[in-house]
Amino acid sequence: MNEQLDLTGQSMDSEIPLEKGRSLWSDAMLRLRANKAAVTSIIVLAFIALSCIFGPILSPHGFDQVYRNYVKVPASLTPYPKADQIETGIGQALRRARVDIEDMTVDGDTITVAVTSTRDIDPRMSIYLDRSDLFENATVAAMSDDQKSATLTADIERHTFLFGTDANGRDLMTRTLMAGRISLTIGLLATFVALAIGVTYGAVSGYFGGRTDAIMMRIVDILYSLPFIFFVILLVVFFGRNFILMFVAVGAIEWLDMARIVRGQTLSLKRQEFVQAAEALGADNAGILRRHIVPNTLGPVVVYMTLMVPKVILLESFLSFLGLGVQEPLSSWGVLISEGARNLQGATWMLLYPSLFLVATLFALNFIGDGLRDALDPKDR
Amino acid sequence: MAAVRTMLRYAIRRLLSAIPTLFIIITVAFFLIRIAPGGPFDLERPLEAKVMENLRKIYHLDKPLWEQYLIYLKNVLQGDLGPSFFFRDFSVSELFAAGLPISIQLGGMALALAVLVGCTLGTLAALRQNKGVDYAVMATATAGVTIPNFVVAPVLTLIFGVGLGLLPVGGWGDGKLTHKILPVITLALPQIAVVARLTRGSMIEALRSNHVRTARANGLSSFTIVVVHALRGAVLPVVSYLGPAAAALLTGSVVVETIFGIPGVGRYFVQGALNRDYTLVMGTVIIISVFVVVFNLIVDLLYAVLDPRVRYD
Repeated sequence: MNEQLDLTGQSMDSEIPLEKGRSLWSDAMLRLRANKAAVTSIIVLAFIALSCIFGPILSPHGFDQVYRNYVKVPASLTPYPKADQIETGIGQALRRARVDIEDMTVDGDTITVAVTSTRDIDPRMSIYLDRSDLFENATVAAMSDDQKSATLTADIERHTFLFGTDANGRDLMTRTLMAGRISLTIGLLATFVALAIGVTYGAVSGYFGGRTDAIMMRIVDILYSLPFIFFVILLVVFFGRNFILMFVAVGAIEWLDMARIVRGQTLSLKRQEFVQAAEALGADNAGILRRHIVPNTLGPVVVYMTLMVPKVILLESFLSFLGLGVQEPLSSWGVLISEGARNLQGATWMLLYPSLFLVATLFALNFIGDGLRDALDPKDR
Repeated sequence: MAAVRTMLRYAIRRLLSAIPTLFIIITVAFFLIRIAPGGPFDLERPLEAKVMENLRKIYHLDKPLWEQYLIYLKNVLQGDLGPSFFFRDFSVSELFAAGLPISIQLGGMALALAVLVGCTLGTLAALRQNKGVDYAVMATATAGVTIPNFVVAPVLTLIFGVGLGLLPVGGWGDGKLTHKILPVITLALPQIAVVARLTRGSMIEALRSNHVRTARANGLSSFTIVVVHALRGAVLPVVSYLGPAAAALLTGSVVVETIFGIPGVGRYFVQGALNRDYTLVMGTVIIISVFVVVFNLIVDLLYAVLDPRVRYD
């Protein structure tokens, strides 16, 4: 379309400033930009994607780092440990050291404990405090002459768990962001696999027509009527729970709709003059398909693609829910959600935050897909 | 009378033409599940060689694959889906006889709820296009599609079962109504969302069409116009969507049955495939395919009833 406008521009040899032609895509861009829901969705999606990419790097917690003292602690903006946790924490740590606590004072980020024991106190016992996730740099500050009582000082280790922690005491925020990486990657890659297979298959089927088309579409029909989940489970069974093969498998199943859409487009495209012109000029079939047919089917394909990413992410979470998804310590939103659902009573945050991320992503992708469809719809122009 | 006869002839022809498709599906599914590594008797603690051999002999697993295939086809033609490998004491037909009515009840109720609520919401949204009601309905609909049912189900249980203590959190309870409410809502929510979206879209178009304008010009009440004249055309896309959706709903949902502990048939697929329960998987494939075929036929027949322009060909 652009080329045509340029050609007419060259032939008009006048001083009138040319009104710049708008291609299908630049026009669609303008219309998309006017769609508030779609623009907001793009921003939200970009935010989620960026935080999933960079969040785990910036986070102070590792996604598989276990804090034994902080199992299932609620989401909180103020850092842990809380006052009562310090008391129980020090009690637990020093019970291991077999000493009794006489007195305890917390001063800012340091804690001083006076302990007594019936036996001699080993100065190395401060290690028991270091082992806890609550304290660090523990030292024996003073020791009585008979070695039966001592004073310990330690720094309180402050941790912030913005989303709380999971049932194993791992930071949920880091895990959610890390899971987001996996979910988004699976969504994108599976969609590209489906795109590649579907567009090629549909374009070839539609372009060659006749018996080829009939046979190829018959195959699609049969695959359609096979229960879809049957395939997925079989593929999982075949390939094991391999992360890479998983999305290839999902993509290899999702291409059916894409093939139908592209075939329909191709059927109407191949009767058009520019394709006949290319044929008359002696272009070979592969060239015509690649240069003339496929680029012109991209509009509906792009729309369908944005709607397919959420479908794949949902499918992946469904598989994870069944226990067929990615494996520990890696996780995806689906895995986290199914864990959250199991711990819903008493640990609502474990379901809340991963679901929020998943639902926000799906919402955004759906709005972008709808927006693109409206923007590319020639009827609305 | 003649119309009914053409319809019947069409229905029978359609069902007959589905037989080759079903045959291909059975064949593909049979060989696919057999290629999968592992077998139904591969337990964590291996069975004794002699026991294994006997088991394989009883279930004809020692014969060549094509012979097993022929045996299976013959049995299926006689209406025998074979014994289940995993649920040792039951035949696949018995399992379905017990579970299918439950799944159909739940699915049917969810379907009815989805059509009723979805069509109403969609029509309301279309009548108030680009106003508050419209946006509210569309936002709810998007939420319904995007929030997965394994999030909805635990949240519903927590609110109505644990929090308010109004409804049982799970179990079938011999089909008491209170046990059905939460599963039906969980099943229906995404369908309500899709039906509302579809109804809204086609309703907007229907309200602009000539026959509705004529009805308006004739001074009919707006209720009659919407319900009798516009809705009839507007439900067509809903009907074609609901065909496959109904087949899926009535054959049970793994997620809902697992979370609410309902003894339906939705679980059998996953369990069967994971345990290499060949006959159970095949049975499920056949049941689902039959449902899909039948509901696609019902959709086409309904289409002709709703839209007089459609002819059986």
